Amino acid sequence: MKMKLLCGVAGALTLALSSVVLAADKPDQLQVGVTAFLSGPASVFGEPAKAAAEMMVAEMNASGGIGGVPLKTYFVDEGAGGEAVLAEYRRLVQDVEVDAMFASISSGNCNKIAPLAEDLKVLNFMWDCGTQRIFEENSYRYVFRTQGHATPEMLSSVLYLLKTKPDFKSIAVVNQDYAWGRESWKMFSAALKAMKPDVQIVAEFFPKFGAPDFSTEISRLQALRPDVIVSTSWGGDLDTFVRQAAQRGLTNTSTLVLPLAESSLERLGKALPAGHIVGTRGDHYFLHPERKSDLAFSGFVEAFKEKTGAYPIYPVFHMSQALNALKAAYEKAIAENGGDWPEREQVVDAMAGLSFAGLGREVRIREDNQGIEDQLLGTTIHVDGHEFAVLDNMMMFDGDELTTPVGQESVSWLEQLTPEFVGKVKVEAFSHGS
Amino acid sequence: MNLQLIALAVFDGVAYAALVFMVAVGLTLIFGVLRILNVAHGSFYAIGAYVVASVGGAIFAAGWSPWLAFPLMLIAAAVVGIVLGGLIERLLLRRIYDKEEALQILVTFAVFMILEDVQRLVWGVQPYFEATALQSLGNIQVFGVYYTVYQLILLPLVALAVLAGLRLFLRHTLSGRLILAVTEDREAATAIGIDTDKIYLMTFMLGAALAAFGGALASATTSVLPGIGADMIVLSFAVAATAGLGQIEGAALAALLIGLGRSFAVYLMPELEVLIPYLIMLLVLLWRPEGLFGVTQTRKI
Repeated sequence: MKMKLLCGVAGALTLALSSVVLAADKPDQLQVGVTAFLSGPASVFGEPAKAAAEMMVAEMNASGGIGGVPLKTYFVDEGAGGEAVLAEYRRLVQDVEVDAMFASISSGNCNKIAPLAEDLKVLNFMWDCGTQRIFEENSYRYVFRTQGHATPEMLSSVLYLLKTKPDFKSIAVVNQDYAWGRESWKMFSAALKAMKPDVQIVAEFFPKFGAPDFSTEISRLQALRPDVIVSTSWGGDLDTFVRQAAQRGLTNTSTLVLPLAESSLERLGKALPAGHIVGTRGDHYFLHPERKSDLAFSGFVEAFKEKTGAYPIYPVFHMSQALNALKAAYEKAIAENGGDWPEREQVVDAMAGLSFAGLGREVRIREDNQGIEDQLLGTTIHVDGHEFAVLDNMMMFDGDELTTPVGQESVSWLEQLTPEFVGKVKVEAFSHGS
Repeated sequence: MNLQLIALAVFDGVAYAALVFMVAVGLTLIFGVLRILNVAHGSFYAIGAYVVASVGGAIFAAGWSPWLAFPLMLIAAAVVGIVLGGLIERLLLRRIYDKEEALQILVTFAVFMILEDVQRLVWGVQPYFEATALQSLGNIQVFGVYYTVYQLILLPLVALAVLAGLRLFLRHTLSGRLILAVTEDREAATAIGIDTDKIYLMTFMLGAALAAFGGALASATTSVLPGIGADMIVLSFAVAATAGLGQIEGAALAALLIGLGRSFAVYLMPELEVLIPYLIMLLVLLWRPEGLFGVTQTRKI
């Protein structure tokens, strides 16, 4: 009897040991840390993204999680400031021992977190930040971006403008006075001057971040009457600027180009008139022309609206891309590991050339770890059934053509573009309701 | 810069100054009487704006007359000033009048931080925008540029009315004179039987209501969102310091100076826009450390 028991234990041990040799133990849960703004002005992005992450994780877990392992998320408030975010990041990686981090919304935080992630050897998805510099200035093993960066976003905006209003003469800019406002204008103007060398830049305004009042800028712009006014502002700043511009008739005399306004459409309501150019930081749109009749997409959009009271905006779609990238990476790593749960390093290896789709078109991870994402832009239109402007005359640009080639620096790459590029670039057109 | 642009810059500067004045005058009034630099003043501004934007949004959506926007602003300011201002003064500030200044600032700063989170709890983080008041007054065209009547005419008129009203109240009513007496010398005022506790409470509620009124007026022109209180407190402190703390007419002049400086900067050197208020404050304080209208304190003993 005793002998039999011993044999049994030995047999079980042997089995257990042999499985350790083959693969890592399947954990109880897959832990993911997410940094997002839950306070401050940028919480207009962080809060919807957090709500989306919770919904999507619940849905994934209901259908077996990733490879049978449920996900658990931890949120870090980026609004607490750079140092606090780094400290929390360390804590999650070293004490909680999360399997992956999604960081972050702010480009400033991404700049600081990328080297930290590399030091801590943790898989990090830059799930929302736009700075193009990270992979242009350094190379990383553990850091990936699961969406496009600022260069294709700005370049597609310039291309859309040149395709829809080729004869405009003068342009002015009103951007927020911080890194993104300055950098995005540097890229926009580099691309614009390269492809339309005779353009006149009549005014460059960089009002303070969070400025409550643009009346003076608007008076000045009305006196200057530029054909086009570009603003890469977002959140309350963009809303305020557009409303004040519309109230005083500036939107009747100038065409606005607003690369981030997809995230403001619903809030702006009727204040954003028809005929202005709106970007989506990717192909992010709750009426995505190719996905809107797909049940997984429309079902989520409705459920999100139901839960939060608003339609999903681009950070929500970015979150879906990060989660789907994680799922795709684990599934690929599991398959490459003969069906067993992979080691962390195997998951990082699986990121190479990974393709995945969130609630949008497919995104591919390039050899410099940068995601290649298509870009959707449109012109505002007011239609029955929506209390706010929606997009018409939409154009989808191919991310491959618009993303800075590996090893090149964005601004100098944009500067060498030529006016012929506008005609050569691939575009798919969609209209509202198509 | 031609005459047209100078005129435009003046219009913009005056409209902006009117809003800043409303908040700064409340701050400076409270400082004059209570000798407390109230950082939570920015919260009254923000909450005034939130109340008008959310209540206004709800009642106009229900089909009420857009003209109700104006009485709503007054009511919101009064409610915020009396209820919130009253509670803070009675429950908190009253305990710290004889404490060190550093501690007083820390306490009002703590209140400010708490109220920031309260705003997020109550109103969330998405911007509110309720411009019914501004739209109902329409636009006028001056020198080929459209201005809103609300900003170009109403705001400066309201600011002037507040300034005149405050002067009248302080110089020609009993309560106002009591406030002035306490400002001048608290101990002597107490000795002749003035109820300083009551005066403090009244002043704080009035100052808070003015800040909330500033927020209520601003809510029609801007997005109401987390963080607006912090910006306003910094700017209105610059105005109050330039004017000399406790000086009401000074606050009006300093607000005008800073408003004009800012709008001329946008026309001439947009890069300086953010810096201008503080540059003006620096220059004034170098020249007159007690502020434009400040009086040098004489030692009492």
